[in-house]
Amino acid sequence: MNLEIILHAGLATGTILLFAAIGEVFAERAGVLNLGVEGMMLLGAMAGFSTSLYTGNVWLGLLAAIIAGGILSLAHGLVTIHFQADQVVSGLSLTFLGTGLALVLGEGLTGKNPPLVPAFNIPGLSAIPFIGPVFFTDHSLLVYVGYVFVPLAWYYIFRTRPGMHLRAVGEKPDAADTMGVSVYGLRYLYVCVGGCLAGLAGATISLSVSPGWYSAQTTSGQGWIAVGLVIFAQWDPLRAALGAYLFGALRRGILDLQGPAVLFGMRNPLYINSNFGFFLQMTPYILTIVALVIGSRQAARKRLGAPAALGLPYIRGERGL
Amino acid sequence: MSELPFAVEMKDIVIRFPGVLANDRVNFTLRQGEIHALLGENGAGKSTLMNALAGLYRPTSGTIKINGETVSFSSPKDAIAKGIGMVHQHFMLVPTQTVTENILLGLEQPRFFMRLKEYDQKVMALQEQFGLRVDPAAKIWQLSVGEQQRVEILKTLYRGANILIMDEPTAVLAPQEIDDLIETMRAMVAQGKSIVFISHKLQEVTAVADRVTVLRKGRVTAEGVSIEGMTKRDLAQLMVGRDVVFSVAKKPQDPGDVVLEVQDVHAENNKGVPALRGVSLEVHQGEILGIAGVSGNGQSELAEVITGMRPCQGCILINGKDVANQPPIVSIRSGVAHVPEDRTHVGSAPNLSITDNTIMKAYREEPVAKGWSVDFTYARENAHRLKQAYDILAPSVETMARKLSGGNLQKVILAREISQEPRLMVAVQPTRGLDVGAIEAIQTLILAQREAGTAVLLISEELEELLSLSDRIAVIYEGEIMGIVPAEGADVEELGLMMTGSRLADIQKQKAPGDLEGVAA
Amino acid sequence: MKLPFTIMFEKRMEDVPKWLPAVTSIGSVLIAFLISGIILKLIGGQPLRVGKFFFEATFGSWPAISDTLVKATPLIMVGLACTIAFKMKLWNIGAEGQFYMGAFAASLVVLVPMVPLDSPRYVIIGLMIIMGLIGGAVWGFIPGVLKGKFGVNEIITTLMLNYIAILWNNFWIFNKWSDAGFQMTPPFDKSAWLPRLADYAREFKAFSGITLHLGVIIALVATVVVWWVLERSRWGYEIKLTGDNKEAARYAGINIVRNVILVMMFSGALAGLAGMSEVSGVVHRLQERISPGYGFTGIIVAWLAKLNPFAVVLVSILFGALIVAGREIQPSGLAQLLQGIILFMVISSDVLLRYKIRFIRLQAPAVREVEVA
Repeated sequence: MNLEIILHAGLATGTILLFAAIGEVFAERAGVLNLGVEGMMLLGAMAGFSTSLYTGNVWLGLLAAIIAGGILSLAHGLVTIHFQADQVVSGLSLTFLGTGLALVLGEGLTGKNPPLVPAFNIPGLSAIPFIGPVFFTDHSLLVYVGYVFVPLAWYYIFRTRPGMHLRAVGEKPDAADTMGVSVYGLRYLYVCVGGCLAGLAGATISLSVSPGWYSAQTTSGQGWIAVGLVIFAQWDPLRAALGAYLFGALRRGILDLQGPAVLFGMRNPLYINSNFGFFLQMTPYILTIVALVIGSRQAARKRLGAPAALGLPYIRGERGL
Repeated sequence: MSELPFAVEMKDIVIRFPGVLANDRVNFTLRQGEIHALLGENGAGKSTLMNALAGLYRPTSGTIKINGETVSFSSPKDAIAKGIGMVHQHFMLVPTQTVTENILLGLEQPRFFMRLKEYDQKVMALQEQFGLRVDPAAKIWQLSVGEQQRVEILKTLYRGANILIMDEPTAVLAPQEIDDLIETMRAMVAQGKSIVFISHKLQEVTAVADRVTVLRKGRVTAEGVSIEGMTKRDLAQLMVGRDVVFSVAKKPQDPGDVVLEVQDVHAENNKGVPALRGVSLEVHQGEILGIAGVSGNGQSELAEVITGMRPCQGCILINGKDVANQPPIVSIRSGVAHVPEDRTHVGSAPNLSITDNTIMKAYREEPVAKGWSVDFTYARENAHRLKQAYDILAPSVETMARKLSGGNLQKVILAREISQEPRLMVAVQPTRGLDVGAIEAIQTLILAQREAGTAVLLISEELEELLSLSDRIAVIYEGEIMGIVPAEGADVEELGLMMTGSRLADIQKQKAPGDLEGVAA
Repeated sequence: MKLPFTIMFEKRMEDVPKWLPAVTSIGSVLIAFLISGIILKLIGGQPLRVGKFFFEATFGSWPAISDTLVKATPLIMVGLACTIAFKMKLWNIGAEGQFYMGAFAASLVVLVPMVPLDSPRYVIIGLMIIMGLIGGAVWGFIPGVLKGKFGVNEIITTLMLNYIAILWNNFWIFNKWSDAGFQMTPPFDKSAWLPRLADYAREFKAFSGITLHLGVIIALVATVVVWWVLERSRWGYEIKLTGDNKEAARYAGINIVRNVILVMMFSGALAGLAGMSEVSGVVHRLQERISPGYGFTGIIVAWLAKLNPFAVVLVSILFGALIVAGREIQPSGLAQLLQGIILFMVISSDVLLRYKIRFIRLQAPAVREVEVA
């Protein structure tokens, strides 16, 4: 139960959730609910893994993962933005689609060893006591990318003109439309961004943090946790990152809790009966529910909350499609 | 004689939507530097025509010329580029963003980084030029309706609009604010702008316009006629096509016992701001109490606390029983009928049939209910009877509610509420957005309720409607009742003063100080 | 090259023709099969042979039909569970978890045991049915109350509860009630088995080996109950009204919170009943993998059936066939892919219910009138 190790692992695992959650923040800020994240992550994991395997180039693998997620999300966009189908059911169908495609196309990938994303230290920073080993030592490139990505995403959404348009499209699309902002176009764009990031998150699993292909177990519900995190994050990338890293640390912490015979000075019940470990495994899911409750209460209290047009198709008067 | 080209020239405009011909070969011209009113009742096609001018719709056929140049807009951006700016009736503002951000929405500048402080200054400078004051850093949801409208106007001016289209700009303003707006319009015209303003209010049209064009059912009945010499009666006739009866026949009646008693009620609105601040009033059997006031002064909240849709402090007695702070079912069972403000989002279920909509209040009791189930056969027959009795136009009682026109939907709602044989009817803006035929029908139904002995609380923005239907009129301003006067012989000026914040007692004191002095000693 | 006409989507003004929803659903399935066949061809499979095998394995003989119906049975109940929740726009994605909790609760009757094991069969089975309903209802209650009272998004909560339910089951299976260390309980006594046609093989030779069990009758009864609730009862009216317009339902005096909780409980109970049916009628024990994703397939079933209880039965049979055939078809995962494509096609085709496609002939530009000054 080494705090350093738990935090270190948390940053790595959290990066997965981070990419997926921030991607979903972009999509939802534009007003489109994308529940297909789990399917896009799995498809990205598979696409990245197999492309890296067959081309021997891990960077092509990452690219393939991003593209795979993006294409799948465009299908969601078409159905919800143009056909104005219900966003919830469309997202679910994409989870099935993405999962199904990933399983079918990923046959026979288990056990293979493609090139992975390199991990390294950041010289200088890794020497700082405590912070160094935790944040800057022996992390995958993608983790470092995550560090930079979070503040950039925040700044983009809240302090730039395109970010203002993004928020306007999700809050009051008709205002944006009359001022000449392309509501459909921006929604497609940000749904695609969300899908690409979900694909990247999947590749982060299969090519970096938990390398390998384990069929559906590869993602085991992290896509859904990411969607829940978005609500907890109140659609703010900084809070999303915080939640993602916390959850990551939690998963590692759970594993560690099962090992030692003596825990916090008492006999470790998990050591005695490893079956209690099942309850520990429940914690991420229980905590997601708790995070949701907190997020919903806060939203109600501060009268903040979801982008006002989230989940609603935008129909421009009587112009038709 | 050489003339300046028209600022706007629309010729033979036809705009067709599935099922309706909104504009039928309409001609419209706007001269440089004039204020031109576009008049017509709801559904006449005025907004549609101007939406086409603003680039939101593409006309099915016809030509548009701006300053002599033929144009074809494929989006609002094109119209904006040609100097056309539209101030919408329902503000197109993003509530969670600031004034400046809203003004900058859709523009190319700033390129990437928002330099809000810099742009705040620019916005202030623009405000000075036209006398429109509002805090650039304030978020829209924090502003009053009048201030929000100023932001809408600033949006168009910032983009260099020379031709302004104002869609029902006075619908949400109090008389004082309307005067301010007229001043603003005159200031803009003095600086070279040309203005079209859409309205259905004859009073304002005669007060401010230079010329007027009247539309009726998609066609022009008067094109660019000078306002001089036109009376309200003339205009009304052009709008409707027949002599408009300005009031409905009302029988004199003695009110009975008190049915509704509101005692010192306080309530907050959705933003947590107090909306009702100590409201007290009574409505008697067989009487219509009208609530006058500019929308946003607590009327919606008043209706909601009485019908159990909003929590409050204080007492609300229906025939002696306190229904305050209880769920809607309590007020329904106490005999309260509610014709809500929002027909489509509250008063009906759009994808359910007319039959399903008519049993919304009746499904718990016999004869619609049969034990645990609903007798749909009876419900259908009953709906059919109501359809005939209330003259509701629809293919059948199985038609979905959202396919009905506003007037027919309102008839369904009234049919449903009246079937409950209520003791009290709360009607909120019942004729809003309806055409004249439907308005007359609804008003007749409300009067019939009065004759049948129902107590009616009528909340309306149309002072004329209140004056012709009510027995007494109460004016609400910022959550308080400014005064209650008998409708017959009511002084419109007095009402207007109350609507903008003067209490009746104060007004009366000012009117006759001499008499009071005489009585004092 | 410009086409002489343009395609416009026009909002439908009249009522939707009654046959259209059925046609879009059926059409979606056919197109989905087509697309899957293409994908199969692309990765080197043989779609036609697969198709022939599919038919033989599912409808080709009485035992095959029985297998299909056995698989359809839990689907019907889960499909009904989703139908009733979706009617009120409650997105119950947790049917899988509710299924498992129903299975668990029903198994408690035998594992605790709750009544002496030599009690008459109808007592044990009856109790199992009740416990199955309760288990599922409790698991539906949790997200119901969170949504009703706190406005917490039910999609995520029900999903999370899926994972929690499976882990909960695992704990008891691996631990207390494990059968010699395997991941399952010892098999239940015959008295806890739902009667099967095979049980009557001595009287009717033809029934030997046919595993069709009483669960299918339970499912059909549930179908009629759900139909009656939705189409004839007062509660069903409230559900439909609330699902269509929550504000209007509130205005009509309906207690929304109470209905959210009750509907989620009812939905969960139906899914729990499916769990009981599988445990008592098919696997005869509590084990780790009872459901190959029935909870999720149920969502697709409900949507494809356009939330009509009787259509749910038909669609469940189709999907039951998919599961039976899918057991042997390589690659595994194809069944899931097919389901995903079907759902995707169904929602895409929904657009046709709201808009008509019109071909508009473009006019040649009219000759402009020459203005005479």
